[in-house]
Amino acid sequence: MQPKLELLSQVLIDRVLDEAFQLMLKPGIKVQSGEARTLLAEAGALVDANSDVVRIPEMVVRKALETTPHTFNLYDRNGNPTVFYGGDAVHFDPGSSGVHVLDPDTLEHKPSYAADLMRLVKVTEMLPQYDAQSTAVVCNEIPKAVGDLYRLYVVLLFSSKPIITGSFSIQTLQSMIDMLGIFAGSSSALAEKPQAVFDVCPSPPLIWSEFGSQNLIDLARAGVPAQMVSMPLAGAAAPVTLLGSVTQHAAECLSGITIHQLAKAGSPIVWGGAPAIFDMRKGTTPMGAIETAMIDASYAQVGKSLGLPTHTYLCASDSKLVDAQAGMESGISAVIGALAGINMISGAGMLDFLACQSAEKLVVDAEGIGMAKRLLAGMQVQTENLATALFEGINFKGDFLKQKITRELFAKEQYLPSAVIDRDSIRGWQAGGSKDTFARAKDRTTQLLKEYQQPAMAEDQKKELQTMVTKLARDAGMDRLPDL
Amino acid sequence: MSAELFKKMAQSIIDGDSDVSVELANQAVAANIDPIQAITEGFVVGVNTVGEAFANGDAFLPELVMAGEAMKAAVTALEPEMAKRGTQRKMLGKVVLATVEGDIHEIGKSLVGTMLSASGFQVFDMGVDVATTKIIAKVKEVDADIVAMSALLTTTMVKQKEVIDVLDKEGLRRKVKVMVGGAPVTRDWVQRIEADGYSEDAIGAVNVAKQLMGI
Repeated sequence: MQPKLELLSQVLIDRVLDEAFQLMLKPGIKVQSGEARTLLAEAGALVDANSDVVRIPEMVVRKALETTPHTFNLYDRNGNPTVFYGGDAVHFDPGSSGVHVLDPDTLEHKPSYAADLMRLVKVTEMLPQYDAQSTAVVCNEIPKAVGDLYRLYVVLLFSSKPIITGSFSIQTLQSMIDMLGIFAGSSSALAEKPQAVFDVCPSPPLIWSEFGSQNLIDLARAGVPAQMVSMPLAGAAAPVTLLGSVTQHAAECLSGITIHQLAKAGSPIVWGGAPAIFDMRKGTTPMGAIETAMIDASYAQVGKSLGLPTHTYLCASDSKLVDAQAGMESGISAVIGALAGINMISGAGMLDFLACQSAEKLVVDAEGIGMAKRLLAGMQVQTENLATALFEGINFKGDFLKQKITRELFAKEQYLPSAVIDRDSIRGWQAGGSKDTFARAKDRTTQLLKEYQQPAMAEDQKKELQTMVTKLARDAGMDRLPDL
Repeated sequence: MSAELFKKMAQSIIDGDSDVSVELANQAVAANIDPIQAITEGFVVGVNTVGEAFANGDAFLPELVMAGEAMKAAVTALEPEMAKRGTQRKMLGKVVLATVEGDIHEIGKSLVGTMLSASGFQVFDMGVDVATTKIIAKVKEVDADIVAMSALLTTTMVKQKEVIDVLDKEGLRRKVKVMVGGAPVTRDWVQRIEADGYSEDAIGAVNVAKQLMGI
């Protein structure tokens, strides 16, 4: 039995949905793409031509929900389904789109470059706790016009895991789909076995920008999974109450699903988000706040009540260092996300309100994720009777270590952490250099990078990918790609 | 009697109550009190109190923002009287404020606007998704001292540079200081686009603006 955290009663879920449907009529949803407005109008929504506000009746949304897939898989580059979106399956991936990386030696938050992204991708590739890669940081040396597709390029070169990514513009989305198509064989094959899911963000409160709506439409038509990242900020760009924010989230996602399914019914889309409360002292958006995790667990429950695949942002911290606060916030929120049964939990490695990525934190977070996944596996009945047979021949001695069954089952019953988690004796710890968590994480990161091996890629595919990206970069004014 | 009224004015700002602050402003006009004096000895005292409490961690953003709103409402109520008397509140400088084109993030930008105007700057808040040409036109129209630009997306930050380039081309760059802000804005970026100042938060933005004005 997978343990579960449910913060909402059925009555509350119904109220959230009821009020979300009300919001979609009054004040309505601001839809800034003409094509999306046309789709909605044709389906029976009322469009105000002056304000771009669309009133979407519940019936239109319900119809879209009927065609939205409840499950889909993401595939690794070799065509194996390794991520399952649906039900209470739980997966983790590193947080996306950081603008800084934490320098492990100077502890500075430095602007991120292609080499930093490569390092993060390699570490993620080595850690089995991460089921997917993300385009974890922006690369500062790359022209903004091709920054999104270049990140995908780096991930494709150094990893074969499924990828959580997203485009920065309407134009580049197609290039990114084409890049993935190289490995799938064609874009229709990509729709059959997608290796990536694309994040698409509504703008709080209740706005789908031209860019966001157009991405929804284009992804639906390509059949490549879209992942809505709705981010109500409770008390600033959303109602101050947690339930008010959950309701706003529902209205933003329901309207997104409607646009998406109207563009092409049956295309996969994820009920996701990155909400946060608003810190009333500093005006920041704490990802490590318990209330942020409560909003996430609650909106996921609302999405599940509609049978939809889910995503959220947890396992991140607002601390500036990989310290006690980082461990506490990331660990607690990873467990909450896991117990809420959220299909994809992004955010690991992140510090400073999702601005700063750290490979060393990814290594620490992997242990928290390992523990969260162990918790999800729950209490298992491994033996015919629970204890009585195991007492045969024990005779009041602590001799269980000598039992064959102990050797057989210990690794199933226990999550075996890496050396990042200190369970040594005080003398052993001292002999190892009296290192704290961060120092141990640095050691392990170095070790993982040493052991890393680049996944094989067919020469012709590699060449095609490089030619494509080089040309796109050249069109954006970059003569040659950085050496990696 | 005015001392009593000034105290109430300060309190209305501390309470963030626009209805009361406007009512008190009207009372001051009726009692023939100099509006400038009402602002500096009454309402501003309240703004400073909330500002200090906020800096000490004893007040929170909703209180700060509501104080700013109450202040704005009171000053607006006093404006006809100031016009009649031919007096003007001495402003610290003129700021053209906008979130750049393609970017609709409003919260940070509006907070900066509230803080700047509560602190005595004349703020022209142009809203969000504002085209470079419009920002430049506004700078010329109001003879701005400072342009303050927000960008929350890595994709729209580049517009901050565009505005600076156009200011330069039009020969306005030496006259107008440029402040930038937003989550992806780094020191590195500020140097690269040669902006004059940046701040991590709204309270810091006030200090940066004062420095740029040599105050």
